[in-house]
Amino acid sequence: MCGVLIELVIMNERVQNKLNILADSAKYDVSCSSSGSSRKNEGKGIGNALNCGICHSFTADGRCVSLLKVLMSNNCIYDCAYCINRRTNDRPRATLTPDELVDITIGFYRRNYIEGLFLSSGVIKNPDYTMERMMLVAKKLRTEQRYNGYIHLKAIPGASPDLINEAGLYADRMSVNIEIPTNPELKRLAPEKNHEGIILPMGLIKEGIVQNSEERKKYRNVRAFVPAGQSTQLIVGASPETDQQILSLATNLYNEQKLKRVYYSGYLPVNEYDNRLPALKTPPLVRENRLYQSDWLMRFYKFSASEIVSAEHPFLDLEVDPKLAYALRNYHLYPVDVNTADYEMILRIPGIGVQSAQRIIQARRFGRLTSNHLKKIGVVMKRAQYFIVNNQLPPAIHDLAPERLKRQILLSDSQKRTKVSETQLSLFSFPSTSNTLIEKSR
Amino acid sequence: MILIYDGTFEGFLSVVFDCYAHKLDPMDIFAEDKFQSALFCEVVHVATNVEHSRRVWAGWQKKLSRELNQLPFLAYLSGESGIEMFLLHFARLSFASPVPVEGNYADEKILAVRKASRRVTQEAMRMIEFVRFQLTKDGIYFSGIRPSYDVLPMILKHFKSRFADQQWLIYDMKRDYGFYYNQRTVDEVKLMDKMFNVSDSKVRTDMLEEGEVDYQRLWSNYCRNITIMERVNLKCQKNHMPRRYWKFLPEKNVQ
Ligand code: SF4
Repeated sequence: MCGVLIELVIMNERVQNKLNILADSAKYDVSCSSSGSSRKNEGKGIGNALNCGICHSFTADGRCVSLLKVLMSNNCIYDCAYCINRRTNDRPRATLTPDELVDITIGFYRRNYIEGLFLSSGVIKNPDYTMERMMLVAKKLRTEQRYNGYIHLKAIPGASPDLINEAGLYADRMSVNIEIPTNPELKRLAPEKNHEGIILPMGLIKEGIVQNSEERKKYRNVRAFVPAGQSTQLIVGASPETDQQILSLATNLYNEQKLKRVYYSGYLPVNEYDNRLPALKTPPLVRENRLYQSDWLMRFYKFSASEIVSAEHPFLDLEVDPKLAYALRNYHLYPVDVNTADYEMILRIPGIGVQSAQRIIQARRFGRLTSNHLKKIGVVMKRAQYFIVNNQLPPAIHDLAPERLKRQILLSDSQKRTKVSETQLSLFSFPSTSNTLIEKSR
Repeated sequence: MILIYDGTFEGFLSVVFDCYAHKLDPMDIFAEDKFQSALFCEVVHVATNVEHSRRVWAGWQKKLSRELNQLPFLAYLSGESGIEMFLLHFARLSFASPVPVEGNYADEKILAVRKASRRVTQEAMRMIEFVRFQLTKDGIYFSGIRPSYDVLPMILKHFKSRFADQQWLIYDMKRDYGFYYNQRTVDEVKLMDKMFNVSDSKVRTDMLEEGEVDYQRLWSNYCRNITIMERVNLKCQKNHMPRRYWKFLPEKNVQ
């Protein structure tokens, strides 16, 4: 124990520098959610994973810091056009050893800085070498440190199935990033990669999860394999795909590959000199946000991709959120009577979120709801008023043509600027009354 | 009539008991220390009765839905002015109805109760997020907090199960009491000599374990390095991590 400490002080400067470089290199990876897994602290080890996810800090860009998100190495043998760590870029490089990563993770975790580790890496030497060292970090944490916190590992395409399977036994979540939504574009920007190579490990992990959950039904003591499922990331705006292409890919990933999350990352122009990439002044943040909102609608509001984008409207409307856009395109479905409509339809009213919708369903059992009630419940009446009827408001919607109504809503929005970032952020937050966490104190 | 009680939850439940037993219809209810004076109005002190409060609480919890059976207590912890009258109203509706009434968001007082309880739960959640341990020479992980409400007892279970193999001490510096976990049990403590700054929780440097400062620096630099400068949005940061917590966070203080 003492030996470890002294060593730590000596190696500290070096580790400090490495971590700075590797955190900086990992920051473009957006997924930080630590939710979806619950791992109990069995015996007396350290840590547990809670399935609601906890944010321990927020960066100045407003993102939740839940996990120690870091690259094992930013060295890479590949040369992907959209990546800051491509081998041809001249930038500081560093690699953390498995032991250094274990020390940092445990040190942070014990101080309640983090929920766990999200480890990714550039490809050092070859995929197997890289995957093996990443797997080793997870293995050491679980077996030597008896650590039960959250672990998310990137699977490296091209690594042997055995290594990926072994990693899956220690990780809560794994992910393989698709990055570029279509194969020809991927090949153009990252000639050493293709979709087949990415889908392969993804399929492997999916099979592992399915098989594991069946075994666990039969035998209690089978070890969990990637219990929090897998996710992926798509880069938006580095290549010319439409939102329709992106959302139908996402649907496919949710349905066929059984992914838990798809993350969208607006392309940040990191390699401006490469003329295979579009010249962007700013990253497409609004578009990224609209994609997240659409993804949200598909996962929690029972929308299908084809209701959000179509051949006539292959791109999302950047001016209004996808739910409002849907309502404006489907005028005939409105106004909705909040006192009688079913839950699904109430969810489709602009200005009403999941929480308000549930409250409406509960509260209307006690009597008819007025606009005043709705406002108190949390409905954004400024927006919802056009799309609902109750016993007070005359239905306002059919007085205005869709385009006029859109202008009117935009106008009143701009008077009291609604924050675009708000929705983006709520994605990473947890339900604020997470009773599970709070001890019943009496 | 105005009812006065001792300011504890048991005391308040005793008030509810008396309102039923003696058919009282108070105009307002105050904790002793919050009550100023009232002209032209009868003031009655209700003594806390453990048996009465136990009966009210047991009966009330049966009327509440399972997930919300702590609702009155959580709302009570908010200490908001007027919360007692809202809770009394809520109790009356609960006891009179065969089904749980807490879903009746259209009732303003019930809505107020639910909002108050939410604020308390949220504060507890924030403590779970923003507690920062400092490792001391004695091998104890220490954290001082200043929650707006008395939520420390609500978060112990979380810390006990997460940090089962380390000694820790979480101290409410505002209310001057804390809990110490010795790797077996969690015990309430009151510290006479404070080796830490009671305003920002920083432990005296000579009391810190070697390496502690390095971890704080490592963490602070880490947080800076993962920030995407192109996307800075301070308002958003403040929304999620209000300013009043910042002084406890190494990532906001250590360079
Ligand atoms: S393989 Fe990954 S780290 Fe390497 S250049 Fe491509 S995107 Fe970057």
